[in-house]
Amino acid sequence: MSTAPSATAPQKRSFTAAASVYVNERTSVAGFVKELGRKAFPDHWSFLLGEVALFAFVVVLISGTFLTFFFQASMAEVHYDGSYVPLKGVEMSVAMASTLDISFDIRGGLFVRQMHHWGALLFVAAIGLHMLRIFFTGAFRKPRELNWVIGFILFILAMAEGFTGYSLPDDLLSGNGLRIIDGMVKGIPLIGTWTSFLLFGGEFPGTQIVGRLYTLHILLLPALVVALVALHLVFVVVHKHTQYAGPGKTQQNAVGPPILPIYAAKAGGFFFIVFGVLALIASMFTINPIWNYGPYDPSPVSAGTQPDWYIGFADGALRLIPPGWEFVWLDRTWSFNILVPLIVLGGFIVTVLIYPFIEAWVKGDKREHHIADRPRNAPTRTAIGAAGVTFYAGLWAAASSDILATHFWLTMEGVIHALQATVIIGPFIAYFITKRVCIALQKKDREIVLHGYESGRIVKLPGGEFIEVHQPLDEYERWRLVSFESYEPLMIRPNARGKITVGQRIRASFSRWFFEDRIAPVSKGELEAGHDGHH
Amino acid sequence: MAQDDHSSAEIAAADSSHAAHDSAVSPGTAVIAADAFENPGFPPHRPRVTDEDPKREKRAQRTVYTLFYLSILGSVWAIAAYMLFPMESNNVGDVRLNNMFIGLGATLALFGIGFGAVHWAKAIMTDVELADERHPIGGSPETQAAAAQVFADADRESGFTRRAAIRNSLIGALLVFPLPAVVLFRGFAPQDQIPVELLSHTMWKKGTRLALDPSGTPIKAADVTIGSAFHVIPEGLTELEHGKLEEKAKAAVLLMRLNPEELNELPERESWSYEGIVAYSKICTHVGCPVALYEQHTHHLLCPCHQSQFDVANHCEVIFGPAKRPLPQLPIAVDDEGYLIAQSDFTEPVGPSFWERH
Repeated sequence: MSTAPSATAPQKRSFTAAASVYVNERTSVAGFVKELGRKAFPDHWSFLLGEVALFAFVVVLISGTFLTFFFQASMAEVHYDGSYVPLKGVEMSVAMASTLDISFDIRGGLFVRQMHHWGALLFVAAIGLHMLRIFFTGAFRKPRELNWVIGFILFILAMAEGFTGYSLPDDLLSGNGLRIIDGMVKGIPLIGTWTSFLLFGGEFPGTQIVGRLYTLHILLLPALVVALVALHLVFVVVHKHTQYAGPGKTQQNAVGPPILPIYAAKAGGFFFIVFGVLALIASMFTINPIWNYGPYDPSPVSAGTQPDWYIGFADGALRLIPPGWEFVWLDRTWSFNILVPLIVLGGFIVTVLIYPFIEAWVKGDKREHHIADRPRNAPTRTAIGAAGVTFYAGLWAAASSDILATHFWLTMEGVIHALQATVIIGPFIAYFITKRVCIALQKKDREIVLHGYESGRIVKLPGGEFIEVHQPLDEYERWRLVSFESYEPLMIRPNARGKITVGQRIRASFSRWFFEDRIAPVSKGELEAGHDGHH
Repeated sequence: MAQDDHSSAEIAAADSSHAAHDSAVSPGTAVIAADAFENPGFPPHRPRVTDEDPKREKRAQRTVYTLFYLSILGSVWAIAAYMLFPMESNNVGDVRLNNMFIGLGATLALFGIGFGAVHWAKAIMTDVELADERHPIGGSPETQAAAAQVFADADRESGFTRRAAIRNSLIGALLVFPLPAVVLFRGFAPQDQIPVELLSHTMWKKGTRLALDPSGTPIKAADVTIGSAFHVIPEGLTELEHGKLEEKAKAAVLLMRLNPEELNELPERESWSYEGIVAYSKICTHVGCPVALYEQHTHHLLCPCHQSQFDVANHCEVIFGPAKRPLPQLPIAVDDEGYLIAQSDFTEPVGPSFWERH
């Protein structure tokens, strides 16, 4: 690992040193290396989730580029004449035929195609898990709120990338997916009919949509994703990574191995591991066998059809609407069976998007936060997160309502009603359970700090009584348990003009909701007071 | 633990809360406890086994280069598999072998590099941890003031605030200039068509024979036995030069024959069926999936996409699921040769609801 040497290096220079000097004198890269090369990068397994997303995206870019050399985004009709015998002579679009050619006539083509699809699924999944990590550890707090927003937009773009790519082969399954999109778009008031008409270049399915989705899929959306990923990473450098509380770690430092060599070697190696995992899955497990589905035809559909996993929550939301939510008013059709899912999902997405700003407003804390929270130490936030996850999971499960019904011998109606209840009541149950668990864990932490942990050593006292010896914590272990932020509910005070504003009242009620049952970290005094501690 | 810019003592001395350069910033409702614990500083460094035992270090070295050599082997394997497992035989099994062996070779090549590099970093590279100092993200007050000065200078020199007429006209121009681009989007669909008209009509018209999907063979009423169901398209659809799928997406029909006693027909539609044979649009009134699953015993139609259920015995009204409207019925009759024909087009638009529908 040679950092760029200065111009006054020894006379006998190695080739690498000479090359570094050559490059540096034309690019000024030495300053960059000096600035970044030895930056400390905090380390934790949960920080890998974002890397999985990034690396999966790189794999998708590489494999996708290969596929573009063979795929033809045309809906012109041809009679299939490739190697796959059961479909020989069948009329289908060029898009479908070229996808079959990639699978059956280009050696390794199926491998790359499957790696692309599995990589896309992993990309969205890793973003989701990464977001959960950020949420539950409060890593979205100042100064990282905007990076949360960027990351969230990336999540939406990733789903858009996934859906547009899924629709390209023009097979029966993806065609039905597009048909559902068409139906949903048509249900939007005022603009729906025309939007669908323009999107499909005429009546559904038309001969345009695959080409249009292709432009989005390989040009517009990837450009946006690449740009936002770059911005996202620039912010990681500007902010420096968060770290978990631990001895020696403060709000003013970032502790970890240096980027060169350890972090670079680990992250670089990890890229190959992610790539390898996707290669392994792609070589062993079939995905999206379009040759079984056949070309798109508006008439047939197979039972038990499902979208790729990340679209499931939207499909599930459509399924959970009870009968009859549509009526004619003012001579126009109002399709609330489509509008309500759109509005509810939109509201959910916006809430997640702006959550960091809500929490910042409630707390009024203007300081920078670089120490990530343990989820238990922010019980209300963790409980809100659990409620959100339950809501999402309920919608997601609903996308498989028919599979659940047939698999577990339940009635279709029963499954739908149970999931309707899950989506509405489930979040509240998850909220209360999670909050109680967090508070219980905090109390346990306090007890460990005050009384030490159970050593497993049983001692018999002279009086015949048995006790277990508790081992006090050392100062390093203790620090992990006591170094967290603690907030009080807001006290409403009149402002300069002696008035209490409505905003202030709302903020106070939010603040009460968040912090009224807070558990404070153990203080020195409490520990010194010893076993008489109150708790 | 090796540290470049801080000793542990220094770090321990610094207040672990946000004090140092943040003191002027409001902590909001955060509680700053007076007798909170102090950061004990970094714990003593713990050497790894490879730091203490030269044998283990040697072994780690061997592991790393073996992994890298295995990677080379994997790459060679993948290239060999490309040649050794051809798939030009029209045989799906060969495709599977080609896919699997190329894939496994690539996997080994990638895993070898990946695990080798990570193991090198974890077991052999010097185990240092550095502590970088964080600076306020907003920069120093001087920098902030300098940036504000730049904008102030630029504003003064350009007159952006002072010359309001110039500025406002520019803002106006910038707001209007994208509008022509919006208009261009009208060209996304044919200029001479209106979607509402297209959605309101299908290929069916008076006398069109009902034909089997996908063969296009006309159906005789006598061939439709009680309890049976047919997937139907209008005769002539398969011969269309253009727009075959678009027409099919609207005109697809399900034909079923029920016992006439079980059929509960609306009075105005009694002439729309023929001896218990009824024809309904196959396109779901929810979001347009084909309602393809017919349960003969209950006369229910089920949409496999979102589980809307329609009761054929009761003019296809919705009995469960998110759909609202019944499936539109196609009035049918029998021509003098005994073939089933349409009496007319559907009397209402088929498929998913849309805004202008009423």
